[in-house]
Amino acid sequence: MSRLGRITRRTLLVGSVAVAGGVAFGIWQTRRPVENPLVPAEGVTLNPYVIIDRAGTTIIVPRAEMGQGVHTTLAALVAEELDVAFESIRVIHGPAADAYYNAALLRGGLPFAEYAQTGWQQTVSGAVGKAGRVLALQVTAGSTSTIDAYERMRLAGAGARETLKMAAADRLGVPRAELDTDDGNVIAPDGTELSYRALAAEAADFPVPEPNLRDPSEWRYLGRSLPRTDMQAKATGTATYSCDVRLPGMKFAAVRRNPRLGGAMRSLDAAPAEAMAGVERVIELEDGIAVVADTTWTAMRAAEAAGIEWESAPYPPDTGAIFEAIEAAFEAPYNARLRDDGDAETALAEAGGDVLEAEYRVPFLAHATMEPMNATAHHTGDALELWSGNQAPILHRDAAAAAVGLDAGDVTIHTTFMGGGFGRRTETDFTALAARVAQAMEGTPVQVAWSRAEDMRHDFYRPGAIARMRGAVADGRAEVFKAEVAAPSVTRQTSQRFVGIATPGPDKGHLEGMFDQPYGIANYAVTGHLAELDVPVGFWRSVGASFNGFFHECFIDELAHAAGRDPLAFRLDHIRDEHAASAHTLETVRDMAGWTGGTPDDVGRGVAFTFGFGTAVAQIIEVVREDGGVRIRDAWIACDVGRALDPAIIRAQMESGLVFGLTAAVHGEITFADGAVEQRNFPDYDILRMSNTPRITVEILENRESLGGVGEAATPAAAPALVNALFDLTGERYRTLPLSRHLRFA
Amino acid sequence: MPFRLTVNGTTEELDLPADMPLLWVLRDVLDLTGTKYGCGVAACGSCTVHVNGRAVRSCSLRLEDVDGPVTTIEGLGDADNLAPLQLAWITHQAAQCGYCQSGQIMQAAALLADNPDPSDAEIDTAMEDIMCRCGSYSQIRAAIRDAAGAMRGG
Repeated sequence: MSRLGRITRRTLLVGSVAVAGGVAFGIWQTRRPVENPLVPAEGVTLNPYVIIDRAGTTIIVPRAEMGQGVHTTLAALVAEELDVAFESIRVIHGPAADAYYNAALLRGGLPFAEYAQTGWQQTVSGAVGKAGRVLALQVTAGSTSTIDAYERMRLAGAGARETLKMAAADRLGVPRAELDTDDGNVIAPDGTELSYRALAAEAADFPVPEPNLRDPSEWRYLGRSLPRTDMQAKATGTATYSCDVRLPGMKFAAVRRNPRLGGAMRSLDAAPAEAMAGVERVIELEDGIAVVADTTWTAMRAAEAAGIEWESAPYPPDTGAIFEAIEAAFEAPYNARLRDDGDAETALAEAGGDVLEAEYRVPFLAHATMEPMNATAHHTGDALELWSGNQAPILHRDAAAAAVGLDAGDVTIHTTFMGGGFGRRTETDFTALAARVAQAMEGTPVQVAWSRAEDMRHDFYRPGAIARMRGAVADGRAEVFKAEVAAPSVTRQTSQRFVGIATPGPDKGHLEGMFDQPYGIANYAVTGHLAELDVPVGFWRSVGASFNGFFHECFIDELAHAAGRDPLAFRLDHIRDEHAASAHTLETVRDMAGWTGGTPDDVGRGVAFTFGFGTAVAQIIEVVREDGGVRIRDAWIACDVGRALDPAIIRAQMESGLVFGLTAAVHGEITFADGAVEQRNFPDYDILRMSNTPRITVEILENRESLGGVGEAATPAAAPALVNALFDLTGERYRTLPLSRHLRFA
Repeated sequence: MPFRLTVNGTTEELDLPADMPLLWVLRDVLDLTGTKYGCGVAACGSCTVHVNGRAVRSCSLRLEDVDGPVTTIEGLGDADNLAPLQLAWITHQAAQCGYCQSGQIMQAAALLADNPDPSDAEIDTAMEDIMCRCGSYSQIRAAIRDAAGAMRGG
């Protein structure tokens, strides 16, 4: 399966400086050497990111590839410093291991606006980031992978390169400083070349010297659009997703669980399922069944054939009652006030009758990854092996171990490619479920696949949310901006599930995209109210910003309109003094689209700006009236990512994030009736197609002072840019989503 | 029931239920996992293969209704012998998560067999039923255009 052979833990001092090399540079204060989890079946590992064997160089990218191109960019960080030909390297995800913790993810969890972090806040952030290691958060989420790896993986490449040079220096009797490296070889002044493969075993015996990172002006790979390492496999149908795992003797299983989420199974008549040809076994779970059969098709049909009565759900049974529970959160004291500039209440009182008031609402949303949830498991009594496309291998491994009563050390997890993640595959439910089915089928590998309906009806949804906005303008500027946001807390639910504690205190995730926007407004207040609601909610591409971006940027548009101003110029006036790089994205997108502030009668244009995940994003969307309805014709995106490591991948993520946001704005809605989600499949939960996706033009800027994430950054601005464009076209201000409830799209 | 099924030029003798969808015959019986399950109701297009050269949704085609030779993504080309569309896909980096891409490529291949020089509007219409949740449509369209040019030229 992999070159790693059996994974055990072993402390290798070699490489520890390279990886924890931050010690020398003051990046990490944790001084103990990291444990290198790699024990290759053959070849040599120089640190947790590099294996060199007879076949060449393998780079371990311990973040999950779900389409965002992380394998390519992170491998390039190592390859850049290691001096290997990019086309020659092999990239694998590697094992679940503490060494691969994501410090940047945790740093992002603090309640500070990122664009304006002060020195002491950065110090605190650094200390909290270290705790990511303690919590073993090997997680691919929050658009943090590249930010987290940027220094660490370049240091790993550089450290490995220097030890290879030390080995060559020793062999040739030439000082290391006189040696050069190129394309997998150490080169001596006399032209002698020694391949890394030949030197690797000796290099592993040398302590790692303090490596110097190259200046970006010397980069060969970073900053260029590289050939993605996963592309050929994906174009030939040979990329292995977890549903493509085929093991000798493997059986196929399907699941059917209570659509009233969190409710139990009251009664089961398994006979109709068991009577079907090809069915091997019906396994009873607390909240449903798994059926093991000869094919997935048989298993899915048999699961449907079983007679089951369900208990009710622990939350209100329908959408109306669920939103009443969200509304009720406004009556309780707020959980957090993360922005409180000036005195919004007094300023509103003084504005008197000129206060602009609006309520916005967004629905629950499913992830609807193209690959429905599934995992493959093989339980052999005292050990468990898992194949799972997942965003958090340690959490998945530990959840599976707990589900079957094994120690985590007896569980091996292989992280495969993912047919989409968008946050859904951080959740461990589908891996733990596969482990339980495999335990019941001890000795037989089982692939546990969910039907589309099971997937759509057993998600951890993007929560429904309500915003109550109040504001006032004076002299062409926003004088007051006050936002109150109510929704169930994703942060609390996920932290409860992942680490067993519902994090107390102010919930930053809930207000992300609302409190941390670089607008200078004299009286600016943002408060969050957490709804008590047991509907499962989770990370959904851009999380809180997915609704706050919509609320914030539509209301800014309303204020601009009330002030009689051009919405783009109005934004610039409030942003320019607060954050110059953000203002520049707005100016750039204005010039890209040829924004004049005016449009012909049958054309509408809208603009939105959001800052999130370390990246500033400005979007303009153009809509046109056609016979069949409104067409979303064009989109322009200007983004400032600080440093563009791979422009093609960044552009692809900008387009992808925009389309994801537009799909949600136009179509996305999960509703509940009788305690169950009503949508079952794509005909009920449509997505944008090639024919109705706009032309998209992207420009990447590099003015920000630090590296930004790109996987989620473009999603929050999509809905408001579209809604603002529709206002320009129709004069109607749509404050609830999805838009297909209000008008027809071509 | 015994069936004779030709997939990617190889004829298989199979004893399977007549109503088993072709998708699951390919994936779970023949281990041809390049063709993907996405919805099971012919709504997403991830399972698209060719039967008699026509693009069909294999999740909703019963084995007994397969009336000709089947070509899957594995039969279109491989790493050593890439089809022009696969080459264009790699050049344009059309895939993101990649899960829908076998279906996208097979639908595009059927389009180009019928119409060697499609306009953008014709590409949009032909590809309309194949969903991509990552939204990589612009790169897919560009790859199809390039492959069409390469196929006409060569």
